Amino acid sequence: MSNLIVAEREIVVPGQELAEGMDFLPGDYVIRDKDKLIATKLGMVNVSGRLVRIVALNEPYLPKRGDLVIGKVVGVGIGGWRVDIGWPFEANLSVKDATSDFIEKGADLSKYFNYGDYIMAEIVNVASSKIIDLSMKGPGLRKLGPGRLLNIPSSKVPRVIGKQGSMIGLVKDYTECKISVGQNGTVWLRGEDPKKELLAVSAIRKIELESHISGLTDKIKEYLESKKDGL
Amino acid sequence: MVYEKRLDGRKFDELRPVEAKVGVVDRAAGSAMFKIGKTIAIAAVYGPRQLYPQVFQNPVAGVLRCNYNMLAFSGSGERVRPGPSRRSKEISLVIEKALLPLLDLSNYAGAVVDVFIELIQTDAGTRCAGICAASMALADAGIPMKDLVSSVAVGRVGGKVVLDLSKEEEDYEGHATDIATAFSTRIGQVTLLQMDGEVSKEELKKALELAKKGCEKIKDIQVKALKERYVGGLNE
Amino acid sequence: MNDITKEHLLDLFDKGFRYDGRKFDEYREISVEYGISSRSAEGSARVKIGRTEVLAGVKMEISEPYPDNPDEGTIMVNAELLPLSNPDFESGPPGIEAIELSRVVDRAIREGKALNFKKLCIKKGEKMWIVMIDIYPVNDDGNLFDAASLAAMAALKDSKFPKVQDEKVNYKETSNEKLPLERLPLSCTIYKIGSHFVVDPCIEEESAVDSRLTVGVLENGELCSLQKGGDHGLTPDDIDNMVEIAIKKTKEIRKAL
Repeated sequence: MSNLIVAEREIVVPGQELAEGMDFLPGDYVIRDKDKLIATKLGMVNVSGRLVRIVALNEPYLPKRGDLVIGKVVGVGIGGWRVDIGWPFEANLSVKDATSDFIEKGADLSKYFNYGDYIMAEIVNVASSKIIDLSMKGPGLRKLGPGRLLNIPSSKVPRVIGKQGSMIGLVKDYTECKISVGQNGTVWLRGEDPKKELLAVSAIRKIELESHISGLTDKIKEYLESKKDGL
Repeated sequence: MVYEKRLDGRKFDELRPVEAKVGVVDRAAGSAMFKIGKTIAIAAVYGPRQLYPQVFQNPVAGVLRCNYNMLAFSGSGERVRPGPSRRSKEISLVIEKALLPLLDLSNYAGAVVDVFIELIQTDAGTRCAGICAASMALADAGIPMKDLVSSVAVGRVGGKVVLDLSKEEEDYEGHATDIATAFSTRIGQVTLLQMDGEVSKEELKKALELAKKGCEKIKDIQVKALKERYVGGLNE
Repeated sequence: MNDITKEHLLDLFDKGFRYDGRKFDEYREISVEYGISSRSAEGSARVKIGRTEVLAGVKMEISEPYPDNPDEGTIMVNAELLPLSNPDFESGPPGIEAIELSRVVDRAIREGKALNFKKLCIKKGEKMWIVMIDIYPVNDDGNLFDAASLAAMAALKDSKFPKVQDEKVNYKETSNEKLPLERLPLSCTIYKIGSHFVVDPCIEEESAVDSRLTVGVLENGELCSLQKGGDHGLTPDDIDNMVEIAIKKTKEIRKAL
């Protein structure tokens, strides 16, 4: 006999028993200990079929191939750039992955990306924790202009973006802000109207803090609607 | 003299009042406060982040680095001189060893996870309070762990085995025995064990049973505090 | 600070907005809690300014007076920038920022004659009280200077002499006698960012600061200490402006004490 000890969407803590028996399988942040499934992170339970997994409420960013991230240029070398992507080790952006333009050998690369510049880039390779390669070739990948930077836990990025970008689209529609969300949890934002920009910031903070609550899109819509008149 | 009644009136297997709160340092990746009796500890987690010098790096897993510190005004006597002492360094080490067996740092090869523990007020059991706070802070930061770590002191006071000694009990007739312990109550493992004083083999066994029961109660409070961080959400 | 953020921040300022929407001379909510380490310290306090949180505690010891002031006690102020409070703070002995912070707090208390040093003398030339104030940020979300100054004053206000037995301090008992706190100097720091003056910056604003002026102000509006910081200079007109704001704002901060 197998049975689930916790409910769908229940908040659980590391070490908590989730299920008994061999019928359920451990998914993300769940381990098996004899006939029991145990959570290894603070998060929300998600059961699909036999698979029990935890959606973390907060976690360090872990780089994955294919992630679109916002990073800061912290090194300019001969063959490319070093970029801080919110991970302990800097990622590489080589000249060939940075642009299709022809860059002469020995050119001053700081003319393209300089120290302190922020870029939206794609992770194209994770060979080890210390070897991560970026590319700037792809739609939306670019150097970011003046704007505000926010940091949110990377585990909350999917909620901030929403299904097919619905959540972030909602915030953009109401606030007329330009917003880019990196999967590493760095958010870049700029609005022409400071009041609307501040509303976008507080909406994103609200999504971050209430990411575990169901019906969040409606709640955020309600929130933005209620603040609309004050603008 | 036989110890019939505890100095503060508690039962022999009773903890001092315990309070816990998660999310007390906004800038940290994870943080928590743990208060037992009058001892108050706060812990904050930063990282995984770069670790220098490189010789300290572990190429296959992240490194845990704990730093236990008493604020200068937190001692019961004279001002505590700032900066690390032999005592605080050893406590930092045993705290690290108390937490590490439950952590999974395999994703963070070459990096460090820093845990800073500050004692705001002290009244016995400071390393145990520090471990309880640190364990909650690590869970809050989303560092994978097989279980929370709960920690409490037990000991022998006037011939009686007691749970969670107060400062007055530590000083009782000049020779109480103090045993600091930490448990993963789910796995049933002891990850901290330090003793000052004398006990018999039988008394030690009894003391560890008492410590485990105490840790189970503490764990309930830790779990509650972690869940409370996410109850309700932000009210505008 | 990141250039893109600073450029954006200056743009917001030019439009009349702070980074978090406050007015230029508006503090975040200030709260003071006393006795946060009452078992251990002779006096203690927690100050919150927005999300910035600072603890201060007072310990007292008996020592020999300095030969040049045989009939006075003294104070000692120490601040440590705990790595617990900010990811950029490093472990180790106090760096220059921590030393500046403690000396700025010390200067306001000492020169503002907050404590009557004569009343801290126990026996002329032989015994005096030394009042040791330790300051620790727990969460640094900007403006540690003002939070530290307020926390130090609050801890002094909370303090009582410990009991003395056989010429030694008995820390287990307090005497119920308050410290000779006669004046309440408080610091207000005015920050210059571009051409704008702001008070109480959040951490993002603080990293864009060009220069700052910390002004110690007494209850009667007299100034008792000054410290100019930052990488840029100030004109005499700037200073005049900043001092005026400081006098006005310390009246407000004082209400929290």
